[in-house]
Amino acid sequence: MGKAKASVAKIGILTALALVLSYVEILIPPIITIVPGIKMGLPNIVIVTVLYCFGVKFAFLISIVRVILVSLLFGNTITFFYSAAGAFLSLLVMYLLKRLDKFSCVGVSVAGGVTHNLGQIIVAVLLLKTIEIGYYMIILSITGTIAGVLVGLASAYLAKRIKKIDL
Amino acid sequence: MINSKNKNDIILVVTVILLALIALIFFWFFTDEGSYVVISIDGAEVSRYPLNENFKTDIVSQDGKVNTLVIDSGKAYISYAECPDKICVAHRKISREGETIVCLPHKLVIGIDDK
Repeated sequence: MGKAKASVAKIGILTALALVLSYVEILIPPIITIVPGIKMGLPNIVIVTVLYCFGVKFAFLISIVRVILVSLLFGNTITFFYSAAGAFLSLLVMYLLKRLDKFSCVGVSVAGGVTHNLGQIIVAVLLLKTIEIGYYMIILSITGTIAGVLVGLASAYLAKRIKKIDL
Repeated sequence: MINSKNKNDIILVVTVILLALIALIFFWFFTDEGSYVVISIDGAEVSRYPLNENFKTDIVSQDGKVNTLVIDSGKAYISYAECPDKICVAHRKISREGETIVCLPHKLVIGIDDK
């Protein structure tokens, strides 16, 4: 499973892309109002693609920068903890599953999608000391799975081509 | 091209969805329409109102910002909020035990209890 060569320019562009996708997601009005605030996980397309093309360290780097900048630009301190928990838990799980080598990119991404929501719910439960918030995981597991499948398909498609061009 | 990894993917997706559906069934089975609307700020209960009495009140959070709680026809919801994302306002009306509406920026949780 060869990797592509990373460079400051490439990672910079990909970070900017992840940022723009975060912003676009914020702009899209909530489609499903069962739990408002459901997002599609567009920036994760970048994260998963980078995970498969350049490795977990760069995926982590882009994640940190994205989380910090998005919470600075569009959120507040609460947003940061919320966002960071989801992003890092999901990246950790995806990295471990990828190493396990029993799932394809789509499976890894599904696990990432679900754990991303799980991380956010855990922070919400801890911050607000209300265990009932955990009920949201019922709907969030399903939306996380669907988003994970779509993100995984997109990332697999991108990763294949990036590696082929040896970008 | 279905290989073993793709089979595992499918098992994973089906398992997650099944677990979620089972949890949903449990939730519907073991909870009932609640009796009280419980308001908590930063994890501490602030007030409690009966679900069967139509009611409207402004809740002021720690930083002085307002959310307007409405209890109407046995359901509770937030009709107005001064938070940046207004997710709490868009939320559907709640009435079952365990359901919550959360305003994260204001650290506000509206929950349903049975006593």
